[in-house]
This record gives sequence, structure tokens and C-alpha cells, in this order.
Amino acid sequence: MKLKYLKNGQTLALDAGACVGCGACVDVCPHAVFKIGGGKARIVGRDYCMECGACARNCPAGALSVKAGVGCAAAIIIGKLRGTAPVCGEGGCCGESEPSSCC
Amino acid sequence: MSMLLNRKPDPAQTRQAGFLMLEGLKKPWVEKFMVFKGRTIPVAATRLSCADRWGSVKARWGYRRMRYSVLPGLYAVGAPAEASPVFVSANYKMSFDALRSSLAGVDAWILVLDTKGINVWCAAGKGSFGTKELLGRIASTKLAAVVGHRTLILPQLGASGVSAPEIARGSGFRVEWGPVRACDIKAWLAAGGRKDETMRSVTFYLRDRMAVAPVEIAHSWPILLAALALAALHGLPADGAWFGRSFPAAILLLGIVPAGTVVFPALLPWLPSRAFVVKGAFLGALWALFCGLAFGMPWLEAAAGLCLAAPTAGFLAMNFTGASTFTCQPGALLEVERSFWPMITSIAAGLALAIGGKIFGI
Repeated sequence: MKLKYLKNGQTLALDAGACVGCGACVDVCPHAVFKIGGGKARIVGRDYCMECGACARNCPAGALSVKAGVGCAAAIIIGKLRGTAPVCGEGGCCGESEPSSCC
Repeated sequence: MSMLLNRKPDPAQTRQAGFLMLEGLKKPWVEKFMVFKGRTIPVAATRLSCADRWGSVKARWGYRRMRYSVLPGLYAVGAPAEASPVFVSANYKMSFDALRSSLAGVDAWILVLDTKGINVWCAAGKGSFGTKELLGRIASTKLAAVVGHRTLILPQLGASGVSAPEIARGSGFRVEWGPVRACDIKAWLAAGGRKDETMRSVTFYLRDRMAVAPVEIAHSWPILLAALALAALHGLPADGAWFGRSFPAAILLLGIVPAGTVVFPALLPWLPSRAFVVKGAFLGALWALFCGLAFGMPWLEAAAGLCLAAPTAGFLAMNFTGASTFTCQPGALLEVERSFWPMITSIAAGLALAIGGKIFGI
């Protein structure tokens, strides 16, 4: 079952004119948000985008942009208490949610 | 020409391989040291020992988790040579263990980055599993002199921290994004480095959700203490009937923690709403209603329990956003901002009802 969250992928933007259709975004996206068709990438699963930023960082043409950030309430709360941006990794989730340790 | 040795490494040679300290390499999981092109490189076991597995269990429960790390640098598995593949990993020991245990029978190099003991995905989000660290580690381990090829295999989830185009420009190495899960590596190698949709996708199945539950339980001890204290106060005065009055309240309040940390992740896909806090509050409220009925609590006591259980379970559930694999920041921010005052109000109301009930003897 594919799970959806709130406000997914709203900051994800694709500049079709700049896209070279290399498929790097398809290769790095963990939620199958992109598809390549007709030599260009298309956003087909915006609702599943968690804004991790992998696609934008690895697009060789600079055709993708996204405001990347952790979807972690604890990090947001710590940030709010300190008056900073979200801070993660202090006794929170980090170090735990390693999917590669599934087996 | 490589040569496998079963002797202690020469400190100077070990330093050449990119390690600063030797002490940190005297680990049971370092099988032996190999000398390759005049450099001594630790060979990691591909079988996890009982100690490795026990270490994972402890880390899952949060015990010394932030210090569960391995030294960054270049390692070997099997008997790699110049043409052997290079896998890149984080220095969280559970990440490193997942990789090496998936490479049984493969001759390969493992380049461990310094991610401050954090797993690949979280470290990539912070940038410590990042472009700069990888370029620095390629240089400090003199990787280009070890291998003849110019390809690095990175875990796909490292892509939010590492820019493949920048690595190519900065080091001449081409980044190949491997599967999300280390356990798919063999199938991926067998398929000639082609990923199918499953290898590329992050999942959040029951076993994934339950694997991250223990640390949430371990972090909930302040709530358990508060629950015990509240239940004890609720039972006052300390006469013969104290236990009889405290016990139902204690069960209701203590039960919020397993409701929010175990039952919640187990039922996550089926609970109402997409907001974690709403899903958790729903479970907390159900639990309070169940306890109220099961113990035949007075309505005021049950209402107080409900006002306390819903926001507390909601809060625990909301904290699970960080351990989940599909939440984004704007959504989590929305949850935090929308739920703050309702949670505070509900808890205040719950305490007021409980205190009022005591004072007026309802």
C-alpha cells in the first residue's frame, strides 16, 4: 500500500524546457514521482513526493527545483523552541529509520 | 598483487589507508588485514555475529545509539582487486552491517563516509552523507590509486545529500545509484546494475514500521512516569481503597504509550485522516473509552482520561513522522502548528476535570 501524507510535493517544480530526459530523477526518486516520456521527464506522482531533494540535487540540467526538508515533527518542534530552522538528530528519529537494515 | 595476512597491521601503513586511529580497528568484525599496493586495509566479515545482531537490537532501543559507529575510511570484503566495485556507506554501524552482510561472496571495496554515526538517509538529509564529504574521503583514502576504474556505487537514499554531477566534476568518479535496500544488492549485481521499481522504492510495511517502534517506546519514559504520578495522586487519600482508585487510572494513562508507539505504527495505513496527530488522537480516545467502559469509571473520570489520552497519543504519533518514510516538511509543520493549542487545551481540560472531580467529590 502506498501511503500519502499532507501537502506533498507542493514545492517540486520541473522546467520541461531545460529537461534533457536523462532519467537521473527517475533513478534517485524513492517514491516513483517521475516518468520519462518523449525524451522528457514528467511528474506523475506529486502526491507521493516527500521533498527529500534527491532529484533536484542530481539533475544535470538544473531543470528541477524543490524546497527540501525533513518531514519530522520533532525536528520542527525543537527548531521552534530554539527559534531556528528544524533541527534533527538529537534523540529523535535519526539513526533509526534505515530501510537498508530491513533484512 | 594483493596478499592476505593474519597479522597485526603496521600503524603507519594503516594511516595511509585513510584511518587516523588504529585502536578503532581492533574490532571482532574486522576479519583480518590485507596488504594491497603497499597499503594495509581492514577486511570486514560478511557474516554478522551474535554481537553484531545484539548491537543492532540495543541501537534500535536507543541504547548508546549515537555512538554506534565505525571508523570512516576504506575497507575490503572478500579479496578485492583493482577492478572490484566500490560501495559507499555511512559510518552508522547498522548501515555498515547491512551493506557488508549483503556482500557475502562478493569481492569489493567499501568506502565508509563520516556521517557522525547517522544512517545514510538521515545523514543525506543533513548533508553529512554529502558531496563534500565524499570528495574529501575519495581524496584522503587515495581511492583513485587503489582501483583502476572510476565508478562508485552509492545507496540510492544517499542521493538527497550527494550530487552525482558534482562528484564527477570534482573527482572523475561516476556515481551509480544502487538499490535502496542493501539486501537487494546481489540481485541488482546479477541484473547488471539495472534497478526495477521495487529496488528503487522506499516501503513502509508493517515490519519496517515495527522496526522503528522500540526507540519511540524508549523515549516515552517521561510520559510513563507522569502517568504513574497522576494515577497515584488520583487515588488519594492514601487509605485502604487507594490502590482500587489508582489502578484503573494507571492502566488508562500508562496504556497511552503502547497505543501511541506500538498500536499506532501497526495500524498506521488504516487509521482515519492523513495527519499522524489525528490518527494517534483517535487511538488514544478509543483506548480511554475502552478503559472507561471496562472499569465502569464515573463519567467525569472517563472524560478526564479521554482529554488526557487523545492529545498524548496524538503527540506520540506525530513524533513518528520522523521515523516514517513518506512525510514532507510542509505537512509536518502543518500538523505541529494546527495541533499545538488543541493539545494544550485538551490536557489542561483533562487535568481540570480530574482535579475538579476530586475537590467536589463527583
